[in-house]
Amino acid sequence: MSDNWSLKESHTFNRRIIDDIRRAAKTGLYRIRGGGAKRAVPSFDDLVFLGASMSRYPLEGYREHCGTEVTLGARYAKKPVRLKIPITIAGMSFGSLSANAKEALGRGASAMGTSTTTGDGGMTTEEREHSQILVYQYLPSRYGMNPDDLRRADAIEVVVGQGAKPGGGGMLLGQKISARVAQMRDLPEGIDQRSACRHPDWTGPDDLAIKIRELREITAWEKPIYVKCGASRPYYDTLLAVKAGADVVVMDGMQGGTAATQEVFIEHVGIPTLAAVRQAVAALKEANMHRTVQLVVAGGIRSGSDVAKALAMGADAVSVGTAALIAIGDNAPQYDEEYQALGSAAGFWEDYQDGTDPAGITTQDAELMKRVNPEAAGRRLANYLRVLTMEAQTLARANGKSHVHNLEPEDLAAVTVEAAAMAGVPLAGTNWVPGS
Amino acid sequence: MNRRLQAPEKVTDFRILRPQGAHTLACGLNAPLTVRIAGHVGYYCAGMNKQATVIIEGNAGAGVAENMMSGTVRVTGDASQSAGATAHGGLLVVEGNAAARCGISLKGADIVVFGDVGHMSMFMAQRGRLVVFGDAGEALGDSIYEARIYVRGKADKLGADCVQKDMRDEHRDELRELLAAAGAPEVNLDDFKRYGSVRQLYHFNIDNAGAY
Repeated sequence: MSDNWSLKESHTFNRRIIDDIRRAAKTGLYRIRGGGAKRAVPSFDDLVFLGASMSRYPLEGYREHCGTEVTLGARYAKKPVRLKIPITIAGMSFGSLSANAKEALGRGASAMGTSTTTGDGGMTTEEREHSQILVYQYLPSRYGMNPDDLRRADAIEVVVGQGAKPGGGGMLLGQKISARVAQMRDLPEGIDQRSACRHPDWTGPDDLAIKIRELREITAWEKPIYVKCGASRPYYDTLLAVKAGADVVVMDGMQGGTAATQEVFIEHVGIPTLAAVRQAVAALKEANMHRTVQLVVAGGIRSGSDVAKALAMGADAVSVGTAALIAIGDNAPQYDEEYQALGSAAGFWEDYQDGTDPAGITTQDAELMKRVNPEAAGRRLANYLRVLTMEAQTLARANGKSHVHNLEPEDLAAVTVEAAAMAGVPLAGTNWVPGS
Repeated sequence: MNRRLQAPEKVTDFRILRPQGAHTLACGLNAPLTVRIAGHVGYYCAGMNKQATVIIEGNAGAGVAENMMSGTVRVTGDASQSAGATAHGGLLVVEGNAAARCGISLKGADIVVFGDVGHMSMFMAQRGRLVVFGDAGEALGDSIYEARIYVRGKADKLGADCVQKDMRDEHRDELRELLAAAGAPEVNLDDFKRYGSVRQLYHFNIDNAGAY
């Protein structure tokens, strides 16, 4: 980088843009990468809790109980999912992640009494073994889909879309299609796998209602059925999911990660999680289904304050994906030299599609994946989930709530006009909610 | 009804009368039963079937035998779209026509259609075989992987990466076995043409961008 301070960098054609143009001109390919949107968008950081004072009184931080348990899927399922904390692990496939990484996620989540989720690649035995509560994704590709695993699952998540790429299908490049991944997906080894973006046997909400009924019939009406949407039109998508018979709606905002897709998709399709929560909650209230059909919010959840703010806006639980990977060792500084050798650096690595992850998480390389010790990584994930939970409880108590679900929009204010408009809470110090 | 079929005690032969287009009938079966359905059925009949033989004496709605694992499903009339979608194993026989997306994302099952199949049939089919006595609609076998297709009638609008291939003796043998298993009418095997993947889209190549 030049240290000539008289140079003025163009905002429109800055170094990153120039690099993008040069790369496109050289390769003729669009950029494919993993992770979520890197651009700045209004987020939960733009909200603050008001806390207690004269008109509200707080609960004692170390004395008074603040509940965190949540039940998902009691609308129709005979066996709803009961979680001890309102934080779940988002769907990530075996294939995109190594078997050790999947095991670590299962161990960490189980230690905290919460669920993990399969991904676009079927259910592995190890995953089922190490996840006390396992949500089985029902995806357009149907890789590895079978009725035995449906019955072994604790819940079924019909994936309509994901936050990183609403309207797009999965992608797993050849270097990650190992013999085992190929066998599970019925694909030739080493090819670039393109997952379908649409389900093969239903096309709209009326068909989806019958599809959900089929899944219930096959599983004796025991399993909760989630419907997961990428946040694009959350109000209508939530209403339609409820109409189709979902027990739970999962809404994944644009900050949500992916194993691999086109960067233009990651950065330019979908809306921020903050905006999606408000619209999804509005739809549930409109349908008189708020708290009857649960809402799980995902996409860029990092801290207990994110958890608490999502719940205060009306979500029943949240999902973490990228943060969970970081907790088990993704982008760890100890591998900085290796990340640099790959043209990146610890904290910046996003080429999950390459299968060369020095941390052994987003890879199928037998040697690299040994770097993930499932027990130790699982403990780190449990620690992280414990911290998120304690932070959310701290904020709930500070607002006088004896359960994290008692948090409400009235406990929040926004520090930017944009966030106030998106979240539907007043700009701090005013009674003004833009658009209301 | 599905509860009884899914957990049969001593009975192994069932006959369902007047189904009246019911959806999700006989889905999730997992025993060597024979289920005869006397009439038309709705969506996802015999979905995810394992082991059972399901005979639909009429037409079937969308997604008949979807994601079948094993067993046999026979439709004496026509089948709507997505017949046999993503099926991993077993045999689906449609004595009439099958609509669009027949065998979409097929993962190992066999499908034999005595009539025509609609557009986008065998789209992204991974493994398994489709036999069509009649004509195939537009974009047959688009983005197909290792599945194989035999068509007796017209198939002149193939999808991306799908091409006509040589019929060798092993393919004639395979076809003969499939037709016998399906109880198909006797025909001259040389009337069939074979289609499959040319494997040019297996790895992203900018020169193929127009095909994606």
